[in-house]
Amino acid sequence: MCLGVPGKVVEIHQQDGIRMGTVDFGGITRSACLEYAPEVDVGSFVVIHVGFAISVVDEVEAARSYALLAEMGNLEDIDLPKTADGVPAEHYRPGTTGTRG
Amino acid sequence: MKYLDEYRDDGIARALLDDIARAVTRPWTLMEVCGGQTHTLIRQGIDQLLPAGLELVHGPGCPVCVTPLALIDEAIAIAKRPEEAIVCSFGDMLRVPGSSEDLFMARAVGGDVRVVYSPLDALEVARRNPDRTVVFFAVGFETTAPANAMAVRQAKQLGIENFALLVAHVLVPPAILAILVSPGNRVQGFLAPGHVCAIQGWTEYEPIARDHRVPIVVTGFEPLDLLEGIRMLVTQLEEGRHEVENQYVRAVVREGNRPALDVVAEVFEPCDRAWRGIGMIPGSGLRLREAYRSHDAEVRFPRVGGVPASESEICIAGEVLVGRAKPHDCPAFGTLCTPESPLGAPMVSSEGACAAYFLAGRRREEVSA
Amino acid sequence: MTDNVVREFAMRCPVPLPPGERVVLGHGSGGKLSAQLIRDLFVPVLGDATSELARLGDAAVVEVRGLRLAFSTDSFVVTPKFFPGSNIGELAVNGTVNDLAMMGARPLFLSAALILEEGLEMEMLGAVVASMADAAERAGVAIVAGDTKVVEKGSADGLFVTTAGIGLVPDGIEVGPERARPGDRVIVTSPVGSHGVAVMSRRQEISFSGDLASDSAPLTELVDAMLSAGDVRCLRDATRGGLASVLNELAEASGVAMVVDEAVVPVLPPVRAACEMLGLDPLYVANEGVAVAIVAPEDAERVLEAARSREQGAHAALIGAVEEGPPRVAAKMGLGVTRPLILLAGDQLPRIC
Repeated sequence: MCLGVPGKVVEIHQQDGIRMGTVDFGGITRSACLEYAPEVDVGSFVVIHVGFAISVVDEVEAARSYALLAEMGNLEDIDLPKTADGVPAEHYRPGTTGTRG
Repeated sequence: MKYLDEYRDDGIARALLDDIARAVTRPWTLMEVCGGQTHTLIRQGIDQLLPAGLELVHGPGCPVCVTPLALIDEAIAIAKRPEEAIVCSFGDMLRVPGSSEDLFMARAVGGDVRVVYSPLDALEVARRNPDRTVVFFAVGFETTAPANAMAVRQAKQLGIENFALLVAHVLVPPAILAILVSPGNRVQGFLAPGHVCAIQGWTEYEPIARDHRVPIVVTGFEPLDLLEGIRMLVTQLEEGRHEVENQYVRAVVREGNRPALDVVAEVFEPCDRAWRGIGMIPGSGLRLREAYRSHDAEVRFPRVGGVPASESEICIAGEVLVGRAKPHDCPAFGTLCTPESPLGAPMVSSEGACAAYFLAGRRREEVSA
Repeated sequence: MTDNVVREFAMRCPVPLPPGERVVLGHGSGGKLSAQLIRDLFVPVLGDATSELARLGDAAVVEVRGLRLAFSTDSFVVTPKFFPGSNIGELAVNGTVNDLAMMGARPLFLSAALILEEGLEMEMLGAVVASMADAAERAGVAIVAGDTKVVEKGSADGLFVTTAGIGLVPDGIEVGPERARPGDRVIVTSPVGSHGVAVMSRRQEISFSGDLASDSAPLTELVDAMLSAGDVRCLRDATRGGLASVLNELAEASGVAMVVDEAVVPVLPPVRAACEMLGLDPLYVANEGVAVAIVAPEDAERVLEAARSREQGAHAALIGAVEEGPPRVAAKMGLGVTRPLILLAGDQLPRIC
């Protein structure tokens, strides 16, 4: 079960005895329940699933691991991988060859 | 959008694909568990960009697909009593075939069926319609259980009597075990569902990795997450390791989300559950605890759905859901079975493997004589 | 149970009607089910394979005493009636104006038929009618005929509006869905998905906020500018079913394939964010002020510039090209992969997973 979207907490309030907040997803805001992210403050990033924060984004970890990825992306020659049949990826059309799974 | 867009970078994706290609020295069969991961892999064509010998099979992580037929019939039967009940549901449940119709059709003949985005929205519908019972179709894995638990806990605490859950929750680790012990299992490594693990952590996966000697990598959902997860899995396999590792470091910690797990434990307890297409997996479901049983739709509306008809004989959903068959192996794929006229659930859920293949234009392989 | 009179007429219907089959919402969503209904019931019964109806243009073009009249009708049932950036009245005027403009016609006169639900607030009705007057003035058309009906409470969702319109197609203008050829270029005039997302944001079940507004607007001037700049072969406004559905309709009508580059299709950032949040594909979300133009390759740049010179076309983009058939539409994505853009059966539903 999956659709979890990251967003930034821009406001927090209590409603019916539980902690709710307004979360900003790249310009769109929606309310979400923050009961499962008690440590967040305005400005924190959370992952929202069906209107609930299920996780707080660890921004330090994210930056660290992404930096490693980005470095990979810069140092590599852009070497297009080939598919099983040796067809360069940019010419690949799904379904045109019968060899993959 | 931050923490989303940057995980779709083409340059880094190519570098990861290259890395994977360099690491692979022999064939491996991997399974991604979650339907959302399947969706991204197929839609972006990642499975076809992986090196030869690396095969991805798709797992049962589509809660819409595995919700028991009997519960869908139950939801439809309840919906068709609009003077007493309102059925609220996540959008993708509406077109899942029941024995003879689906919730969409039930609405067409006067049933009160409403799409909601969050279980708290369903609670709001209950507040605004005090003369009828709102039944929320509580499907999902461990990711969604905390949300559904909160909704029913709020109902109890705020005295909203006319709110009930039709519980169809399923759990991932028992399903992975069932796949591992099934005869003929070819899966050698798992990409575990990142958001399920955001809630439950990965402690339950450690004995599985150890006892069955399979590497498991907790993985996110964007292209770079999946590629990095595959790279980590392949590296373990090539090195002969079988540990649980975490790719989705920005959202998952080993202990999971304690407050969420606490509320789930307060409201739900494990039970046996029959997974549609797959069959009974012991201890793989959740049901409401005694203290919350009065909010159980199956108690409020005792099995009004009747005995479910048997599934289509042609449909191989069960095989597809455990990775023993690919959607386009099915003789009905794309012909008798399409998203408009599905024979089974995986063709109609946007997270189902069959729908993912169909929408991506995959067609039946030509069978050579 | 069908009663005797209904059954008698149903038996006279020249096409087979599957017994027990019912209309579902998908039949109105502009996707595959809609197309099937039109192709399998309406066209064969009301026209025939060679009729103007079968041409399935945005408007019909008929000849009367040497003049080519474009004629179109459209119904508007949107809920809520007022949403960010527009309302049902404005939609009703612009919708028909645009259908006429898509055939190269100058829209002239509209009729408006209102079906009102008993209990509708007079203030709401007044607001809608005032919007229609404003929209008509802006579009340069006159509303010259109308009708009003009132139905019992519960029989109509507040109010429904149907508009019909006529316009004149100037000599020398030939635009139609069947005219795309391999080699032609595909231009989209405006960012996609804005209307559908704006309406959804006001729906009680899925409410959210943001810098959202429907893109409803009359496209006549924009189309004029484009037609003057070069050989525009096809025009279609993308409404329900979104950009992807329109591309499929044109591909089908012309018997060609189309390939578009997903990365260059304009989508406003808040719309993209909303689609991400709900799990929707912007290419399939409804629009009200977006046109797709299929243009001869040698004129593509000029037509694009002409579009961009107009307010409505500020974000116009060249998104792809027409190829040899059989009819299909594909989108190029990252990593060199293409995926098909098929015609969906009904509306996308916001997903959880």
